[in-house]
Amino acid sequence: MKKFTPVIKARGFATQQSKRLSEKTLKKSQVASIFFAEVADVFLFITVLIKETFSRDFEFKEFFRQCFHIGYKSLPLVSVTGAIMGLVLTIQSRPVLVDFGAVSLLPGMVTVSIIREMGPVITALICAGKVGSGMGAELGSMKVTEQIEAMEVSSINPMRYLVVTRVLAATLMIPILILYADALGILGGWAGANIKGNVSFVLFFSQAFASISFVDFLPAVAKSFFFGAVIGLVGCYKGYNAGRGTASVGVAANSAVVLASLLVIVIDLIAVQISDMIL
Amino acid sequence: MTTPSPNKIHRTEAVVEINNLSKSFDNQPVLNDVCLQLFKGENLVVLGKSGSGKSVLIKCIVRLLNPDGGSIHVLGQDITSVNRDELNDLRKKIGFLFQSGALYDSMTVKQNMEFHLKRIKKNLTKKEIKEKIAEVLENVGLPEALNKMPAQLSGGMRKRISLARTIVVDPQIMLYDEPTTGLDPVTSDEISTLINQVQEKYKTSSIIITHDIACARTNANRVVMLQNGKIYMEGSIEMFEKSEDAIIKPFFI
Repeated sequence: MKKFTPVIKARGFATQQSKRLSEKTLKKSQVASIFFAEVADVFLFITVLIKETFSRDFEFKEFFRQCFHIGYKSLPLVSVTGAIMGLVLTIQSRPVLVDFGAVSLLPGMVTVSIIREMGPVITALICAGKVGSGMGAELGSMKVTEQIEAMEVSSINPMRYLVVTRVLAATLMIPILILYADALGILGGWAGANIKGNVSFVLFFSQAFASISFVDFLPAVAKSFFFGAVIGLVGCYKGYNAGRGTASVGVAANSAVVLASLLVIVIDLIAVQISDMIL
Repeated sequence: MTTPSPNKIHRTEAVVEINNLSKSFDNQPVLNDVCLQLFKGENLVVLGKSGSGKSVLIKCIVRLLNPDGGSIHVLGQDITSVNRDELNDLRKKIGFLFQSGALYDSMTVKQNMEFHLKRIKKNLTKKEIKEKIAEVLENVGLPEALNKMPAQLSGGMRKRISLARTIVVDPQIMLYDEPTTGLDPVTSDEISTLINQVQEKYKTSSIIITHDIACARTNANRVVMLQNGKIYMEGSIEMFEKSEDAIIKPFFI
């Protein structure tokens, strides 16, 4: 009997190993299936959103309310951020340009930087924080307190009323906020240039506008629509699909900000690559 | 304590007919072969412990949850097989009172009611909408709450306003999900009485999900007991009160 012990041990070890392996495989396949289910869910959400966008009975009143909420109520934050952005950029760049004797290029450099990159990205990130988290938290709390279900049982389409209006309002208002932040950024740049120098308003702006062209402007405006859409979409998706319990409201708001910010950076990278290839 | 509504119950006319309904979550059966009928003009109370599948049952009736098996006929139509438009038409005839009230936080009481009324009864004029809201608020005893926000209302007031929002569109069937949970005994009694008044005035047929025996005594024309996802007992409230069954008796002590 004794001489069979190693065989039994080996068999036991093999069984144990195969069991562990199958458990690991099962766990990984579960993770993969959750991931693919989430991807399918996102696609379904976007499909329904597109379908409802073009359906009858568009909720104009709610759409304008959301435009006011996203646009007007974000103005103070965007104003301060935009102005500081231009101011800081000018103050940081000026000494280097002075060293190279190229201080006259300051208005153009600041303007191009703000319009092409800093204005859209920084404003979009600020909006991802303010608007995205707001949508995630609002829809999340509506889900937790059964308000979304209350709409559904009353034959009111919550996707049409809550999601379509918010996503469209964000897609429209965030580009406008970005343009507004760009303008304040350039104004901040002029203020920054006057801290240690003396540049007239007319001279600064004539040099600024002389250095930008349609090619600088178009990709920036185009990508800002995508920023707006993605912020609205992520905020609504996370809120609409919040779990049960109050903790899930915080999770929805937090994940909306994180994912929207990440997607803004990714879209920016793609937009830069595309505009670099085309223009 | 008031008595259940004396409305005439049409025992031959079922407004909701559930046959062999089953529903499970993660392979855990919650409802198992449930068969139930709600007759016209009737107040049917569904009793049961927490987790016995009561709320799942009424969520299946309005298809907030899709059943795994069986059929649910609401006003003659199988709600499990209707298309989206037909489902919406049916839902307009059903009122659902949520346990939490589910009032829209960002709207005033008036806007909460207008929101449903304008979308369900599209042909009403502004004057008619105003009059209808005033009438319903008067009926639930809160005409002064018109311009208040939900956050300014107490638990009982929220339930009343929620009920007002539900009945403002004249539903034929009312589904109450634990209408008295979380309220003090006096307010619970007021809500139970209000449910009877609403049924009398608006001629609704109701399913009331509860584990509050006082509410069942006030409202029930018939009682059904759910236990482990199955109908355990069905009968009048007196029958339940006299029962010596080990599962039913603790409810009535």
